[in-house]
Amino acid sequence: MSQETSAPDAPTSFVAQVRQAMGGNVRQYGMIMALLLLVALFQVLTDGLFLEPRNVTSLLVQNGYVLILAIGMVMVIIAGHIDLSVGSVAAFVGATVAISMQRFDIPWPLAIVLGLVVGIIVGAWQGFWVAYVGIPAFIVTLAGMLLFRGLDLMMLNAASVGVPEGFQVIANGFIPDIGPNTGYHNPTLLLSILLVVLLAVLELRKRAALRKHQMDVPPMSISILKVALIGAAVLTFGLLLASYKGIPVVGLILALLIAVYTFVTRKTVFGRHLYSVGGNSLAAGLSGVNTKRIDFMVMVNMGLLSGVAGMVFTAYLNAANPKDGVGFELDAIAAVFIGGAAVAGGIGTVAGSIVGGLVMGVLNLGLANLSVDSNFIQVIKGLVLLLAVAFDVLSKVQGRPSFIGMIMSGMNRTSSPTPTEVTPPDPQASPSGKPDSKITADSH
Amino acid sequence: MDNTILSMKGITKKFPGVKALEDVTLNVRRGEIHAICGENGAGKSTLMKVLSGIHPFGTYEGQIFFEDRLCEFKGIRESERAGIAIIHQELALIPELSIVENLFQGNEVATHGVINWYEATAKATELLARVGLSENPDTKIKNIGIGKQQLVEVAKALAKEVKLLILDEPTAALNDADSMHLLNLLDGLRHKGITLIMISHKLNEIEQISDSITILRDGRTIETLDVKAQGINEDRIIKGMVGRDLDHRYPPHEPTVGEMLLEIKDWSVVHPDDDSRYVVHDASLNIRRGEIVGLAGLMGAGRTELARSIFGQSYGRKTSGELFKDGQALHLKRVSQAIDAGLAYVTEDRKSLGLNLHDTIKVSITSAAVKDIRHNGMVDENLETVAANKYRKDLNIKASSVEQGVATLSGGNQQKVVLGKWMFTGPDLLILDEPTRGIDVGSKYEIYEIINRLADSGRGVLMISSELPELLGLCDRIYTLSEGVITAEVSREQADQETLMRYMTQGKNQRKAAQQ
Repeated sequence: MSQETSAPDAPTSFVAQVRQAMGGNVRQYGMIMALLLLVALFQVLTDGLFLEPRNVTSLLVQNGYVLILAIGMVMVIIAGHIDLSVGSVAAFVGATVAISMQRFDIPWPLAIVLGLVVGIIVGAWQGFWVAYVGIPAFIVTLAGMLLFRGLDLMMLNAASVGVPEGFQVIANGFIPDIGPNTGYHNPTLLLSILLVVLLAVLELRKRAALRKHQMDVPPMSISILKVALIGAAVLTFGLLLASYKGIPVVGLILALLIAVYTFVTRKTVFGRHLYSVGGNSLAAGLSGVNTKRIDFMVMVNMGLLSGVAGMVFTAYLNAANPKDGVGFELDAIAAVFIGGAAVAGGIGTVAGSIVGGLVMGVLNLGLANLSVDSNFIQVIKGLVLLLAVAFDVLSKVQGRPSFIGMIMSGMNRTSSPTPTEVTPPDPQASPSGKPDSKITADSH
Repeated sequence: MDNTILSMKGITKKFPGVKALEDVTLNVRRGEIHAICGENGAGKSTLMKVLSGIHPFGTYEGQIFFEDRLCEFKGIRESERAGIAIIHQELALIPELSIVENLFQGNEVATHGVINWYEATAKATELLARVGLSENPDTKIKNIGIGKQQLVEVAKALAKEVKLLILDEPTAALNDADSMHLLNLLDGLRHKGITLIMISHKLNEIEQISDSITILRDGRTIETLDVKAQGINEDRIIKGMVGRDLDHRYPPHEPTVGEMLLEIKDWSVVHPDDDSRYVVHDASLNIRRGEIVGLAGLMGAGRTELARSIFGQSYGRKTSGELFKDGQALHLKRVSQAIDAGLAYVTEDRKSLGLNLHDTIKVSITSAAVKDIRHNGMVDENLETVAANKYRKDLNIKASSVEQGVATLSGGNQQKVVLGKWMFTGPDLLILDEPTRGIDVGSKYEIYEIINRLADSGRGVLMISSELPELLGLCDRIYTLSEGVITAEVSREQADQETLMRYMTQGKNQRKAAQQ
């Protein structure tokens, strides 16, 4: 059973090459397709209302805080932990910031800094227990959920605390328009175009680096197609935003966070260590990774992002309310798992979690547009979460080329290859780039 | 052929895209120990899974006759009813349950679903006596050693009134004393009329205990040998397994021993949960450049614990001891410091300690030195691919590309990836903990060659192994460890299995003598 013939060096078909160029991650690819299908479906069902510029803008504004939490949560989950306290922490930080501005007249920019610091302190508190005392994160953050909810309620004393207008901008504001009146929001158009140019430059630099190291460079047509597809999506989205009020401030915050955290998880030593701790913490420890520090940092970061999300949500509602943040943790966790993370840790991506969060957001908004009862929306969201993860579990069974095959193999698990005598991946499935790429979160 | 209890004819088993077995024939006589040999991936385990119904009837081609009846097992329950039991390499015992609960797992002594614990315990005591265990049946599995756990597995099979018992690598995890005990037990079972099929990589055991050997290679039956009649020895078996003569089991090597590299003086380590228990006590040893030094000891002697303690105190708590490298004192408190100081510890048990099975080959190889593939502060995947390709070539890792997941590799290739990972950290000293466990003969030879090359490049190697022939074949010097104490230092010329075994068990005997 030679391994040499098990998988071809490069995918052969054009489709497969495109897939690999898109990152080779079948799961994410599938989720992006699902997201696009959902959008198209709602567009039809709402007679074109769904992609109205105003609706698209509110998709971002209404889901910004969940997406921010999902970024922190995916890192917690990659490390093999979970955080149930993010809703309470977000509410606690929101209340702290609101009270600091209303009762103590702290100017809003300073209050934001205060909110970030409080988030970090909360994260450090929980990280201490998780990393250095060794209490499972489930317990620590369950305690945190009660603890910070309690503090939040004590501070607010069953009343809402309003926030000043300057502060509200971070959730409800837009980038100011400049330049001639074109009927569109000029900076938004400009930023969209710049982003496409940046994509093209990055792609060219990647090709140059591959050539420099004498590695296989994918055909130019693939690169052009890739940039064209993503570019078209970016421009369409930008145009939609530009024909309303432009990019909302929360969208800008989100874009910045996505960029930073994608970089951190994919391009830094910390990111590599994060995946290795989650994948096999014993092996990571014996490879010189300071596993406790990684666990600690991940929790601190989650606290920080909970703080950001809490402030965004408070600004969105113009006030801190006692029941803020209830259930946020579940939305964030659902987004991460729909986005392809593994419960056991070691697998997951920031981009995937954002897509997962958007799937939930689109469902929420689209069904609300259709005036579906909110209780029923919950039922649908629950089923989507279940099916998304089921799809993932089934598609991990090796060597099944079709979805039907996957379902069949799920029923017939005992015939799967044995772990001791490793069976090479199915060559039939390999051309589609399936067998190995999907089990590595960081194959790009 | 009255004497034949089992006959498998023309067995072909396909997995998607690959033929694991092709037209395999196996005939087993009643009351014999029949060994199945072959390299990893030869199809041994697959064949046993076909036999025991784990691969159900209909998923393979060919016929199985057990006691002259055509068998079409649809699952393991049906094969068990026919009297066939299988003990897997990874034991199927539940650590938190007691011996008696495990013994009758799925086979409970019950009427209408209510368990009769008195009867179960009585039966358990009787079964344990049959396998030579005197443990209390209420002892939890996690509290008995792996050797005894293996015996409980045998007892569990006996509880099912087994006629044909299949053992997959029964002694792989056992030390020599426990292995010996188990083999004696198997010998006794044979005399009581139970037929045994045994898969093992330990050829000396096979030579010693089995009556017949069937050799598989690449999913086909190569030959069946009659051990007693044909006078079969290990070299003959290996020839059948690899399809070529191995003149030497170990590659020839002329050591060029240089300067003193690492000195360990009076090293003591206490157990992480028990400060009063010394796991390693006043151990002193040294390794020179270009030298391969062996560390021999029975399981639990403290070999791994000593190695890990040296390697940045990654086990227990060090109470005393000094470490010198190239004459300079080292104070290593963390694994990362040990790596920076030029030490590498290649773990035993590559799947649970050495690799992240989600990773690709390239990510695995760089995982202990991610810092070295940075470019402008960023992880540069192109540098990574270049580095990984180098080791893929140097170490002959068989894979389609460095993007392949390590989970899909065979044991030998996984081990090469782990070696590559540590070579990439640029070490001066490599500690290899059981580097050839569970890998096939061909890969072992390649690993030995790599170890020799490492020594020839001026590095030092400290090798821990449970297989004494391997230490004797490879090492220039061997230290023996017994109950945490270094009992001897034996040169290559003086070393033989008996001498080493005597020193490896010495501490125990001496202490017993002192007490009496």
